[in-house]
Amino acid sequence: MTNFIQQIVSGLASGGIYGLLALALVLIHRSTGVINFAQGEMATLSAFVCWTLISHGWAFWPAFGATLVLSFAGGLALETTIIRPIQGGPLLGIVILTIGLLIAFNGLDTWIWGGAAKQFHGPFSTAPIRVGGVAFSKQDLGVIAVAFVVLALVGVLFTRTRLGLGLRAAAVNPDEARLVGVRVPSMLALGWGLAAVLGAIAGVMAAPSLFLEPNMMQTVLLYAFAAAVLGGMDSPLGAVVGGLLLGVLLNLVGTYVHWIGGELRLATALAVILAVLLVRPSGLFGRAAARRV
Amino acid sequence: MRPKQVAFGLGVLVLVVLPFVLSDFRTVQLATVGAYFIAILGLDVLTGHSGQISLGHGAFMAVGGYTTAILMANHGVRDLVTIPIAAAVAGGIGLVAGVPALRLSGLYLALATFGIAVVLPTILKKFDHFTGGSTGITLFGKPTQTGHGVGVWGLTNNQWLYVLTWTIGCALFLFAWWLLDSRFGRSLRAVRDSELAAAASGVNRAKYKVLAFGVSAAFAGVAGALFAINVAYTSPDTFPITLSLYLLVGAVVGFFGSIWGAALGALLIQFLPDIVGLIPHVDPKQGGPTTFFFGLVLVVLMLALPLVLRVASRVANRGYLGAR
Repeated sequence: MTNFIQQIVSGLASGGIYGLLALALVLIHRSTGVINFAQGEMATLSAFVCWTLISHGWAFWPAFGATLVLSFAGGLALETTIIRPIQGGPLLGIVILTIGLLIAFNGLDTWIWGGAAKQFHGPFSTAPIRVGGVAFSKQDLGVIAVAFVVLALVGVLFTRTRLGLGLRAAAVNPDEARLVGVRVPSMLALGWGLAAVLGAIAGVMAAPSLFLEPNMMQTVLLYAFAAAVLGGMDSPLGAVVGGLLLGVLLNLVGTYVHWIGGELRLATALAVILAVLLVRPSGLFGRAAARRV
Repeated sequence: MRPKQVAFGLGVLVLVVLPFVLSDFRTVQLATVGAYFIAILGLDVLTGHSGQISLGHGAFMAVGGYTTAILMANHGVRDLVTIPIAAAVAGGIGLVAGVPALRLSGLYLALATFGIAVVLPTILKKFDHFTGGSTGITLFGKPTQTGHGVGVWGLTNNQWLYVLTWTIGCALFLFAWWLLDSRFGRSLRAVRDSELAAAASGVNRAKYKVLAFGVSAAFAGVAGALFAINVAYTSPDTFPITLSLYLLVGAVVGFFGSIWGAALGALLIQFLPDIVGLIPHVDPKQGGPTTFFFGLVLVVLMLALPLVLRVASRVANRGYLGAR
């Protein structure tokens, strides 16, 4: 029983990271209909920036704040310079472009920071705390808390502010949004900026437990895909809930189904993706899309 | 003689002359290029002409490579015999994979195939009694290993590998050329450009999309088999996710999925590290710069795509990546 609770707690902690990255994916998918394959590598790049600031003597929180600002600017710049010119073209073309970004960012990280794994000291202690035999760390609790705070902020932004209304309008119906005065291109750029910020949070939260190296987010990206698909690609709440569910599911399956163990963890996530896409493409929280032919 | 026939003839001529003027080392490198060439041809059929993206073609190469390695190492089958078997196994899996792929739109197909390429190495490690796990399978010194052509016309082992790979490569190129020029190819492009219009014209959309997956995977299977024979070794790390992504880069570089550019894409995959090494102050041994430039090439080309499409629309019967 203790082990069972233990697996749930640590599953929630890793699930929080999947959920954060999935949230970034969902933001871009909602607004532009594209899956950003470079999201994981953008997160790694942000984590490297944060690490560099910290190793230059900055305290964590200022470094984190600066990283978020830089990531936001980077996301904006990426959308305006690279994505916008082919926005509206074939969808697959944009997807292939983000794969180019994935490869390029991965190479850039290795080029600048080298391939060796780096220790990343986050804001939360990774020392274990024991409560009734269940071990967890402040890092675990911190990640879960951050995931929910971010979800709440995104929720407030989208449903309670004028800016959020514009973002949603640009996503749902760009033509009519333009007619009522929403600056659609700016909204799309803002969406990329916000997604970059969410990715940065995911990257910085993941780095203390995963160790910082260029391929850090490669497997996390697949888990985030699974989380986003599970929650329904268009639902922010679904992304975070999907992430937490997935984290717990993977831990429980890995522990109690010995044949799967730790080795087929990634394969289980892929199975989740395929099962959801083939059986219920709208996921748990998404709306079923009607397609005009 | 039509221009394309002349181009093909010239290409074959260059291929025949090259081993006489190049070092043994370059020759074996070009044999590897031949394997990439075949895999990219397969990707051209699938993505360029039927509009279905695959980010996991390295996985089909792995199926071919492991089929060859297991047959040679554990069952004493001769290398040449394993190549058609590898094609059949990979092609069969491709056909099976093509059926669920029908239900996925372009975006989700990209996601699923990406997932397969990421997951495959962990599966190869899991079933280690079959695949040799992380250690892989060594083919060095197997009596069934290639080299049966060595000595014929004074060929060295590396030259033999070159001849083997490119003979198959040219044959498969002709096959792809014929296939894409036939009713099959026209149907693929019709489905790619408008499923609705194709269906209204009586094209069985499901049949052609699944068949394209099968053919494409069979090509990749042959490529994987030749790859394994060339390096005489397979391991999970022989077929990483980067291989799948680089194949996509190669297909895009090759005139956006036209089979006529496949050689260009294959050369890029093999020789980009050398080209990057020419840049001052860049150490090509540190993989970062090469990877970065692979990504950069893809980004720049995709940004140029709208322009290219405008030109391409005037040239009939060519592939392009990025159909909606």
